[in-house]
Parts: sequence; C-alpha cells; structure tokens
Amino acid sequence: MKGAAIAVALVLVGVLVFLAVNGSPAFTAGEGELPAHAKNFLALAAPLAFGSLWVAVIALALAALPAVGVALAATIYAPAPRFGRFLGAVLDLLAAVPSVVFGLWGLMVLAPVMVPLYEWLHAHAGWLPFFSGEPSVTGRTVLTAGMVVAVMILPIMAAMCRESFALTPPALIEAAYALGATRWEMTRAAVLPVARSGIVAGGMLGLGRALGETMAVAMVLSATPDLISLNVISSENPSTIAAFIASTFPESTGSAVSALIGLGLVLFAISLVVSIAGRRIAKKGAAR
Amino acid sequence: MTATVPNSIGAAQAGSPPKDRGGAARVVAGGLDLGQTASAAGLEAIVGGIDPRLLAAQAAPAAPGSMSIQNVSCYYGAHLAVADVALEIPGRAVTAFIGPSGCGKSTLLRAINRMHEVIPGARATGSIKLDGVDLYERGIDPVSVRSKVGMVFQKPNPFPAMSIKDNVLAGLIIRGARPRGSAADELVERCLNRAHLWEEVKDRLKKSGDSLSGGQQQRLCIARAIAVQPDVVLMDEPCSALDPISTLAIEELMRDLARDYTVVVVTHNMAQANRISDITAFFSLASAGQPGRLVESGLTADIFSAPKVAATRDYIDGRFG
Repeated sequence: MKGAAIAVALVLVGVLVFLAVNGSPAFTAGEGELPAHAKNFLALAAPLAFGSLWVAVIALALAALPAVGVALAATIYAPAPRFGRFLGAVLDLLAAVPSVVFGLWGLMVLAPVMVPLYEWLHAHAGWLPFFSGEPSVTGRTVLTAGMVVAVMILPIMAAMCRESFALTPPALIEAAYALGATRWEMTRAAVLPVARSGIVAGGMLGLGRALGETMAVAMVLSATPDLISLNVISSENPSTIAAFIASTFPESTGSAVSALIGLGLVLFAISLVVSIAGRRIAKKGAAR
Repeated sequence: MTATVPNSIGAAQAGSPPKDRGGAARVVAGGLDLGQTASAAGLEAIVGGIDPRLLAAQAAPAAPGSMSIQNVSCYYGAHLAVADVALEIPGRAVTAFIGPSGCGKSTLLRAINRMHEVIPGARATGSIKLDGVDLYERGIDPVSVRSKVGMVFQKPNPFPAMSIKDNVLAGLIIRGARPRGSAADELVERCLNRAHLWEEVKDRLKKSGDSLSGGQQQRLCIARAIAVQPDVVLMDEPCSALDPISTLAIEELMRDLARDYTVVVVTHNMAQANRISDITAFFSLASAGQPGRLVESGLTADIFSAPKVAATRDYIDGRFG
C-alpha cells in the first residue's frame, strides 16, 4: 500500500519535473521562437488557457442537468432496480467510447446538424455576446466542441451523482414521504440536500476531464489559437491547450516544442487547482 | 356518504410511489360532513366491534379520526407478511400494536398511511377507512393519505440540512407552502409546545435539528408530523432508540396527543403499552415465514388482565417462545 502511494507520488513529481525542465526555456523565449507567432509565452498561453476553461465550462453547464436527471432516473425514479442497472450499463458503455470516435461524430454528424440552430440563435439572441457575429457555416464551433465534451463527461458525472443519490438515508426518504411529499418533493427535501457535495464533486471531476480532453476538441474545433472570444457560434474560435498541443506538436522543433511542454505545465496546474477544489468541496459536504 | 368520488385523470395508481399532487382526489376525512346515518354507522361499528365500556371512555361515540381496518393483507412481492386483519381503531385515543418481531405489526402500521407501498413490490389489499373514507379506494392519492395520517419512526429522522424551525415547517416547505413571518412563528411555537419541546429549543430555533438529543429529536419529529394537521399520528416504536427519561417524556406526550389526534403506536415494551394505550391489539405468527395475524384486540385493561386467547397471555407474561 505504502509503496504504491510513494510510486504514484514519484510519478507525479517526475512529470512535474519533466514539464518544468523542458518547458522553462519557453517562458523567456521571444518573438519568432514560439508557435502561432506569439510575442511571448504569456501571449501564447493566455488565450489557450481561456479556450480550455471556456470549452470545459460550456461542457459542464450542458452536462450538469442531464447528469443529475439520468442519475435520478437510475435511482429514485427507476421503476425497477433492473432499470437502474440497465441505465448504469448504458452510461458505462458511453464512457468506453474512444475520444477519437466522439471527435468523428462531432465533426461529421453533430457540427452540420447544429448550423441551422446557430443561425437561429444569432437571429434571435444575437444581442448576447455569445451569439453575436456571423455564425459558422461548418458548425465547427466552441459550442459544438462543448457539446461533444459534454457527452463525454456525462458518464462520470452521472456516476458520481448516482452514487451520492443511492446513499440518501432511507430514514430521510421516509420522513419526507410521511409528511405527504410527492416523489419530486421528496427528492428536493431529502435526496438533493444530502447529495449536494456529491453533485459538486462530480461536476469538478467532469470539469477536470473536460479540461484535458484533446482529440475530440482538436478534431471538431476550427481554431484560431491567439483568440479570446466569448462567441460560441462563430467560425473564429479560441483553441484549447490540449488540442493546440496535439495539433501543433507534429510540425514543431526546438523552442516550439518546449513552448508546448510549458503549455502542458499550465494545463497541469489548472487541472490540479480544479481537482483540489473539488476534493475540498466534497470533503466539506461529507463532514457536515 | 359525501366522500369524494375520484374522477380525475391525474389520480395516482395504488402500488406506486406518489408521482404528482395535481388533480388527484384528496382525502377530506377531517372536514367531511358526517351525516346522521354515518354517525349511526360509526356508533354501530364501535358497539359491535369493541367492548361497550369504551363508549364511556370516549367523549364522543364516533370521535373524529376513527379508523376501520377490514380484510387487510400486506405483501412484499409474493410474500404475505400480514394476513386478513380486521380492527376498529377509535378516534382520539391511543391504540397499541404489540407482538413478537416479524408478526407484521409495523407492516400493518405502515399500510395505514400507505407508506408500505413506497417499498418496491410492496402492496396491501383490503380496506382501511378513516372517518368512513376508504384510503385504498381507487383514485385516492397516497400523498394526500399521508398528509392526513402522519408518521413518527423508530429512529428520530429530522432533516439534517434544516434548522429546528424549518424541520417543524418541513411538511409545508416540502410542498412549496412555506409560511412566512408571524404565521410561521406561531405555527412553530404551537407545534413545539404541543410536542413538549418549546421551552427547550425556543432560544435556538435557527440551529440544526442534529444538535438536539435523541429524545428531543423525536419530539421534533412529532412536532413536524402534527404541523401538517393530520387526523391520525402513527408511531413505529418511537421510544426504542431512546433512554428511559426521554421515553417517559414521549409517553406523556402520546397521552396528551390523544386529546386531539388518533394515536396508533407499535411497541415492544409491554409496560409501555399498558401505561399509555386505551386499546391493545396483539399480533402473532405461527412460525417464522408464516404471515402475521391479529390474535386479539380490546380494551388495554382487559387484554392485560384477562386475555381471551392463551397466546396473548403467554406473550404478556413473557412466556413467549
């Protein structure tokens, strides 16, 4: 047990050292040495970090309600235990689909389908910064990427929610029913308050996954790496760190490679902060 | 009888957890207009079923909140847990269910407010009437049954995320009818007073219900149950998780509650049943796995001093199994 823990810690430190040592030349690199014609490392990293967070937050926002809904359907609302198990199996299968397949699906199926919706959003909600500007004609936008990632993080989030719903003390469920609660009222009074920390922890896990998601985003998103924009339906989209590394690495040499490794360090730091925050929240809820 | 005839499409089906409160027929037993004929029928039922001396014990012959259990059997899936119970429960009195473990007394208790069917596969047949209205009639929404027939459980179960005050109001908060301002304060004070808890918690109503002792939590649960103005309060071994002092407080409270509510209590404590109940019903089962049955019921004084059935006497004397 102890040996395994030390091994994991060593691997983590090793990765960190690798990223820091190989990425550090990029932190001081000037114009011409960095990819995407960036003036300095910050100018390279900031838009990509924004893109990563932006896609992840969109994915989280899209997946949160369905995840809670599916988890409720599998537990409290399951007409029979067998139905709950079936739903769980379907989610596990969804989690087993390779990232590349989701990427292909997003690119070839989802993106074209979304184009009319984006045109509609622009026409009717164009006053919102998210939908202003000319909508993409290919559908390969931040919103499409967010949707694909949402489908990918749904299983883990639903599993976390399902677990915490299943842990609702039966005594509280009975208490609510005995007061004349309907099933939904019971859910609101007994299930959701107790499961709140589990839901949040699931969200954080999902967010962590979404931040690191590479292939699907790289395939779906038609990206402009130095862009910071809230617009989610435009043909000009910010890229994400992971997708940028994946798509730029094959044609990079020298200082450009160290810049990519430095970007990896940035992503690592963001993911670490998110997962620590998630852990904190989950622990706080459990202690109560 | 002016009982509500269920005719709405939204009526919930028996045998499933409640889906929706919209449209389903409500039990209106408390406010029901009991005509002359109904009163006479109720009187007859009591005279016919129970020792006439009870009439003297009761202020009114057909005290509101009286229940009539007929041919009730409870199942868990295919397993018959309680077979064919017939029992009259007088209104505004304490009725105790006693008997060995597994005899189905808790199951029957839970069938009375249709909590039984919350368990997947569990169902009950027969009829349980509250002031003449059959709670198992087609189209009667179990949700409305439970707001008329409240329940207190073995282990105190206040909502941990709610304050003491909100716990009392929980039944109203749950259905989106949270009272505000002085109306809320009055209701909370009245119910906590009624549950003999007000003096102990009046200075910390904002604190979590978890901060109370077990006995206090149980009284909080009783306050919560009566805040939704039920006619009947069911108690499933309400003292078995409590110390003797807290038990005494709850027993006193049960006697007091019987002035305004019909109280039905399941207990393993013979002395308690003897102390607090007006009516005692003894349940037993032939052997493990066999369905539980009602062996005998009657005035508590009679059941404890002169039981008609040998099995009852053996159980009360502690000679059971």
